[in-house]
Amino acid sequence: MNFDPRFSTRNFASVGTRPIRPDGVDKVTGRARYGADFNMAGQLVGRVLRSPHAHATIRKIDTSKAEKLPGVKAVITAADLSDLTDGDAAMYDILDNCMARTKALYDGHAVAAVAAVDARTARQALKLIEVDYELLPHVTDVDEAMKHSAPLINDAIFTEGLEEKPVKPSNVTKRSQFGHGDVHQGFGHADFIVERSFKTEQTHQGYIEPHACVASVSSDGTADLWVCTQGHFVYRQHCAQLLGMEASKLRVTSSEIGGGFGGKTHVWAEPVALALSRKAGRPVKLVMTRDEVFRASGPTSATSIDVKIGARKDGTITAAEATLRYSCGPYPGSWAEIGAMTAFACYKLENVKTVGYEVLVNRPKTAAYRAPSAPMAAFAVESAVDELAKEIGMDPVDFRIRNAAQEGTRSSYGPVYGPIGIGPTLEAVKNHPHMKAPLGKNQGRGMACGFWFNFGGQTCTDLNIGMDGSVSLAVGTVDVGGSRASLSLVAAEELGIAYEQVKAIVADTSSLGYNDMTDGSRGTFSSSMATISAARNAIKVLRERAAQMWDIAVDDVVWEQGHAVAKGEKHGNLGKLSLKEIAAASGKTGGPIAGHSELVADGAGVSFATHICDIEVDPETGATRVLRYTVVQDAGKAVHPTYVEGQYQGGAAQGIGWALNEEYIYGKDGRLQNPGFLDYRIPVCSDLPMIDTQILEIPNPNHPYGVRGVGETSIVPPLAAIANAVSNAAGVRMSHIPMSPPRILAAIEAERAG
Amino acid sequence: MAGVAVSTTINGDSVEYLCQPDETLLDVLRDRLGLTGVKEGCGTGDCGACSIILDDRLVCSCLVLGAEAEGRRVETVEGMAHGDRLHPLQQKFLEHAALQCGICTPGFLIAAKDLLAKNPDPSEEEIRFGLAGNLCRCTGYDKIVRAVQDAANVMKGA
Ligand code: FES
Ligand code: FES
Repeated sequence: MNFDPRFSTRNFASVGTRPIRPDGVDKVTGRARYGADFNMAGQLVGRVLRSPHAHATIRKIDTSKAEKLPGVKAVITAADLSDLTDGDAAMYDILDNCMARTKALYDGHAVAAVAAVDARTARQALKLIEVDYELLPHVTDVDEAMKHSAPLINDAIFTEGLEEKPVKPSNVTKRSQFGHGDVHQGFGHADFIVERSFKTEQTHQGYIEPHACVASVSSDGTADLWVCTQGHFVYRQHCAQLLGMEASKLRVTSSEIGGGFGGKTHVWAEPVALALSRKAGRPVKLVMTRDEVFRASGPTSATSIDVKIGARKDGTITAAEATLRYSCGPYPGSWAEIGAMTAFACYKLENVKTVGYEVLVNRPKTAAYRAPSAPMAAFAVESAVDELAKEIGMDPVDFRIRNAAQEGTRSSYGPVYGPIGIGPTLEAVKNHPHMKAPLGKNQGRGMACGFWFNFGGQTCTDLNIGMDGSVSLAVGTVDVGGSRASLSLVAAEELGIAYEQVKAIVADTSSLGYNDMTDGSRGTFSSSMATISAARNAIKVLRERAAQMWDIAVDDVVWEQGHAVAKGEKHGNLGKLSLKEIAAASGKTGGPIAGHSELVADGAGVSFATHICDIEVDPETGATRVLRYTVVQDAGKAVHPTYVEGQYQGGAAQGIGWALNEEYIYGKDGRLQNPGFLDYRIPVCSDLPMIDTQILEIPNPNHPYGVRGVGETSIVPPLAAIANAVSNAAGVRMSHIPMSPPRILAAIEAERAG
Repeated sequence: MAGVAVSTTINGDSVEYLCQPDETLLDVLRDRLGLTGVKEGCGTGDCGACSIILDDRLVCSCLVLGAEAEGRRVETVEGMAHGDRLHPLQQKFLEHAALQCGICTPGFLIAAKDLLAKNPDPSEEEIRFGLAGNLCRCTGYDKIVRAVQDAANVMKGA
């Protein structure tokens, strides 16, 4: 049956309610098993040796002493992970990042690994491995790395995306450009122009659960991997390819996941654990320390961004331009490209141009962090937009409303928008009591908008109806924050049964078809689409079985509120058959009843948010306090509103940390100086106020219930909203994130000095 | 290194184990005794995921040695519910959706239990400062604070 994903209005019975999540009790009793909570008989402890140098050639690694230590069962280096990537440059980079092949490219880069009977032996063994490094000059700053004089990180990289291939290699791997119209002409029509430069420092997703896995490779070539990941099917593919296995022989089970936010979308140590297990012939458990998580997983980019916006006196923007430079770590990425796409996505612009540069630096490989690349671009653009409104003498909300994109607007990155929520979030903010609340001394209010694309992607779901009429829903998208609850609600909605009658699980890679990972806010969007499709397929079977039980034509049977109902006067005496009754008879009517779905979820539906924030700045110390925070965001349709609110609040809190406090600090030696939660300080409970939320529902036309992704957009506006608030409170424009007390104080003092 | 024999009480039960002198109580609980409800987020006393109550005192079990539990009382998240009856804090965490990923939850529950034992009627600010030793990266703390407030109300009534 062809599935029609288009939105149609309906009255919801289950969707939109707030039941307790199915995995909840296990999580409050300590029974839920996360990455490090799984053990196998005879398992060894794996540990990784990491480079202390930012950039060095590995001349030689001598593992002989470590191998001789009693209790050590395997030692591996890059030599044990042969290159099977067959010209696939992206896979080669993943391999090289898992275990440095010829050069260590950042402080924390893996160079060797051991498996031993216990943690102490493994630690001792690491100390016995001798690595002969030849130090190379390094560069960690994104602007420095772009200079011609900068040390080259990879001499095979020639900037892509230029009209002519450059003659010399450089650290700039790619240039990308978006936009339309003629910005030069547009600026010519402007009465006011604001031009500013901004910087943001590198931050980490900061999930509380370190990366962890247990790998077990058998001598018959099959293997099991238990791991905390946002995408076990992708992990299976990558691990299988890097180890030369057939994907079907590697079964990957995703554990409960203790946060990912994009950071658990790449394999890091999993191929190493598998290689250790293969060599030792025993299961190997490998858990990163917090220090390793900071030094050697994937934080977000550090950036340097120039913005120029011009407007007429009446407040119409005539042209907008941005140049964005994003650090990628030592391997090519597309982070600036995404930043360049999102930068002006909130606005209706006749003339717009953005250019992105991807820059290699001696820092860990950049990974996605919640709406990756968008918060930094929004910080720069929304700060400049505020400045421009001020110069024109317009209220910042009105200025944005005047220029907001609408249905039919050609976005700055190309596509033409369908129904979107930027205007409605701005109107809601304009009318929000928060905007009218009085402010005290040294306090300022800021607001800002944010955009995120949202993804869809490949999705596979099974819905099995038991003989007792209860429903098992097996999905392949990892549940990062309550999606089993929302998907159970969707199944209950579609089948017309109670939420409690459905039990959702995340199936392993051997039990279900391929699923893309849970990223791009796609978990609930795409799996709910697949769940609806699977439920509709099951309903078709249920109707056939009812028709058979009644001995009437299937076309005469409709599905209503959990029952098969015979239609038409001639069947007036037949009554109804419940799902339970049909299920109970299934053994005699053709066997088990199930609905399956395999689809590519298209049309994820872009999402917009507008945030308001009040900040108090201490002019003596530069210290800040967040007094009040409000998030307004379009969810399309909130399936489980409590978890939607949770996504809004969580994203805002991460944004607050990023804006005010969090940053990777590198020493001159290229070493990370703050790889721990003490010195890389994320917001704690006493740093934050309650975070107010308002959910708007502008249906996504490409989803049966109107659902849009909700997980990421909430981290896009905070950097700018807070920067605008700080600027209003302190009377100085902050152009460098995080706005830590010394930076604010320096800005205030510079202003005072004139 | 020779092992240390330890007799202690965990969640009301007498327990004996052998551990290494340099082994943390966190590792003993998780790796020797299978109490994996106690989580490790940092191993350095900065995240609170490993929170336990040791003789009526809230501690990070990653900063305590296994040998130090000798003769003392240890309370972990596994001991909070009575049979199949959840502790009011556990129930309120569920009702308020005070967890997203849930990795911080055992630590928060134990810290909140300790807080309410000492201050049955905390203000919002007291809750926020009382729980400031526990990191949560998912929730922004809003729903955690509300769950603790609600649980405090229920427990006062009980
Ligand atoms: S693991 Fe003990 S405080 Fe983080
Ligand atoms: S719920 Fe994920 S860290 Fe708190």
